[in-house]
Amino acid sequence: MNAMLGGAVLVAAVDPVPWARAQMAFTLMFHIILVPLGVSWAFMTLIANYRGLRHDDQDALVLAQRWSKYMAVTFAVGAVTGTVLTFEFGLLWPRFMGQWGEAFGVPFAFEGLFFFTEAIFIAIYIFGWRRLKPWAHFWTGVPVVLAGVLGSVSVVAANAWMNAPSGFTLGPDGTIVDVDPIQVIFNDAMPLQAAHMVIAAYLVGGFLIASVYATGMLRGRRDHYHHLGFVIAFSVAAVATPIQMGVGDSLARWVYNNQPVKFAAIELVPQTSSDVPETLLGHLNQDGTVTGGIPIPGLASWLSDPSTGESTVVQGLDTVPPDERPTVRQTDSVHLAWDVMVGLGTLLLLLSAWYGASWAFRRRMPASRWFLRAAACTGVLGVLTMEAGWVVTEVGRQPWIVYNHMKVQDAATGNTGVWITFLAVVALYAVLGVTTVLVLRSMSRRFRRTGELAEHEIPYGPREPQAAPAPADQERVR
Amino acid sequence: MSTAVAAVLLLAVVVYAVFGGADFGAGFWDLIAGGPERGRRPRAAIERSIGPVWEANHVWLIFIFVVLWTSFPEAYASITLTLFVPLTIAALGIVLRGASFAFRKVVATTPQRRVLGGGFAISSVLVPYCMGAIAGGIASGRVPAGGRAGDPVDSWINPTSVLGGVLAVAVVAYLAAVYLIWDARRAGDVDMVAYFRRRAMAAAVAAAVIAAAGVLVLRADARYLYDGLTSRALPLVILSVVCGAGALVLLVRDAARGARVLAVVAVASIVCSWGVAQWPYLLPESLTVSAAASPTGTLTAILFAVALAAVIVVPGFALLYVLDQRGVLPEEGVRD
Repeated sequence: MNAMLGGAVLVAAVDPVPWARAQMAFTLMFHIILVPLGVSWAFMTLIANYRGLRHDDQDALVLAQRWSKYMAVTFAVGAVTGTVLTFEFGLLWPRFMGQWGEAFGVPFAFEGLFFFTEAIFIAIYIFGWRRLKPWAHFWTGVPVVLAGVLGSVSVVAANAWMNAPSGFTLGPDGTIVDVDPIQVIFNDAMPLQAAHMVIAAYLVGGFLIASVYATGMLRGRRDHYHHLGFVIAFSVAAVATPIQMGVGDSLARWVYNNQPVKFAAIELVPQTSSDVPETLLGHLNQDGTVTGGIPIPGLASWLSDPSTGESTVVQGLDTVPPDERPTVRQTDSVHLAWDVMVGLGTLLLLLSAWYGASWAFRRRMPASRWFLRAAACTGVLGVLTMEAGWVVTEVGRQPWIVYNHMKVQDAATGNTGVWITFLAVVALYAVLGVTTVLVLRSMSRRFRRTGELAEHEIPYGPREPQAAPAPADQERVR
Repeated sequence: MSTAVAAVLLLAVVVYAVFGGADFGAGFWDLIAGGPERGRRPRAAIERSIGPVWEANHVWLIFIFVVLWTSFPEAYASITLTLFVPLTIAALGIVLRGASFAFRKVVATTPQRRVLGGGFAISSVLVPYCMGAIAGGIASGRVPAGGRAGDPVDSWINPTSVLGGVLAVAVVAYLAAVYLIWDARRAGDVDMVAYFRRRAMAAAVAAAVIAAAGVLVLRADARYLYDGLTSRALPLVILSVVCGAGALVLLVRDAARGARVLAVVAVASIVCSWGVAQWPYLLPESLTVSAAASPTGTLTAILFAVALAAVIVVPGFALLYVLDQRGVLPEEGVRD
């Protein structure tokens, strides 16, 4: 153990790059779990709110109110972890930002705008439960939904720019001399990548929330309130899932056309050829051969371009020099992540189909306990699917940070202390993650135990009535 | 056009100092409020006061970063390479602070609250200190141009940085105390008005003493900044002194209004004077604003985003503020 640590220190002292990558990957993968909740939960809350007002459904209103309070917690954690990411751009990748900031950075100006709008209207919405007329209050939630979508589109636009850099002119010394912000934001990869992420946010957010209510129903809480919570969230996810499959398919074809090396890593294609099999699992060897896995003959070629079918040529990894393509280990990660994403996505699609068929033919959700058990797993599965997708797009781009323009190793900081910050961040985020879950659970337990008596104690919750404080208030202020 | 973007940047720093700073300052008072029994009421007042707004205030910091890395990327690279350590501490402090504050409100038992409250309070002091130290490192010309790393230690452990850090903590504590008086007055809590009034006066005096001593520090350690403060930025310095003194008089006389505005102007003008004093440099004496600026397209996009923010965000913020100030509207929606 000591030797290992000593070795780690030694490595870190010469090379901060792996630590910087590990830290960036870790903080992004943490932040991305909160993204679906920030983007899609407000939409589901408004559905419940609408139902409550339109059909005079008191349970739906209580549900909407509680969701908005959970949302405040997850939004706060998301805001903090997002702020850390803005620090990290500079702390970990100063040379990337120094050289490309004038182009890459532009979408973030708009992201900041939308984030701020979202923060303000979440606060108004939560305050508004006590202070606004019902329909006016409902409408203050709408900007939250729009800003959530536009904010994530802006961030993904920046990431898409790293895949398809455009909108700038380089001078003779390789620095940017001119920028076209429209071209930067609306780069070639942006529309599909942004759509894929926004729909993922609705898919994962829906499954995450539905899984909580499915668990509750399995434990015997089969009242109208839990039923509503499940049906709203699961329906949103079930609608998003098939759309996501279509968008994902188009995006994969975009990668085939524009990032052939990433595509080769995805499909595990060492040499350029036609009639490429779709290999399930398996891995690449150092000598460029593929071992293991279940090949489905010709399918990768056929999927890449159905019009030419099995004769479609797929470019191999060997078409670029080794230092311009993912390493063997990275290729294996990309391929495995791809299999995980598609595999779990298909499972979620089947479950959505079951749910949809039940509504279509029986006008109710599936009654089977097996369905609820499966639904209780969809939250975790959805998150895994999304993380796997993130690995595909990020690791598949390696070694480039700006595709075909700058490599990750040339972008990183020279600070040799990054391994320390990495460890500190992991420790802090572990505590943060565990505490977030504990806090959400304790809120849920308190909601169940005391009804709404103690609800003002939640962050940004309605302030306690000042004329006649509830007993809990007196306790706190005394 | 680079001048306009630099002005926007300075404005964002001012707004962050005035709004975000007060949140950090509230954490300072939380830290020194005493044991769980003695500190209960002030802590409750602090919680009520900063609950709704703290997370929105991160956006000013994010905005500062965004403007820096888009409009002055070379300077941004230099700053992050040189000031790696205080920036990292500030980032971790922000996580610790935000999370422990949000969580403290929802956990029930006293020991849990103490741990989380401690995390909140300590990081509330640490972050403004680091921010002030970073400002000091930049202002005293310790960050080199060219996206290069300066001295990793001296850049933030030096006389001007220590001054900046201590002054930042004093100023945010002062602002927070003044805001908390206002909140306590609105809630009709006479004890807390007196409590925070005493602290606001103490912080005002402390900030004034530190600032006065700081003049000597700057004269010895940051000559360019000192020269700027005593020439082109002098009107702003005088404005700050006048407003600060006026606010103190109002605090002593326990005036119901005015102190808050004067305190904000005093702090805003001292932050502005920093920017004006180091003009035309972004990194004093090595990189000017115009030399550091990005191509026109980027600057246009930034200014466009700022204009859009004025159209979208300002009305929303005003609505939130009005709702907050109006207190109790007719209670509708869900029964509670």
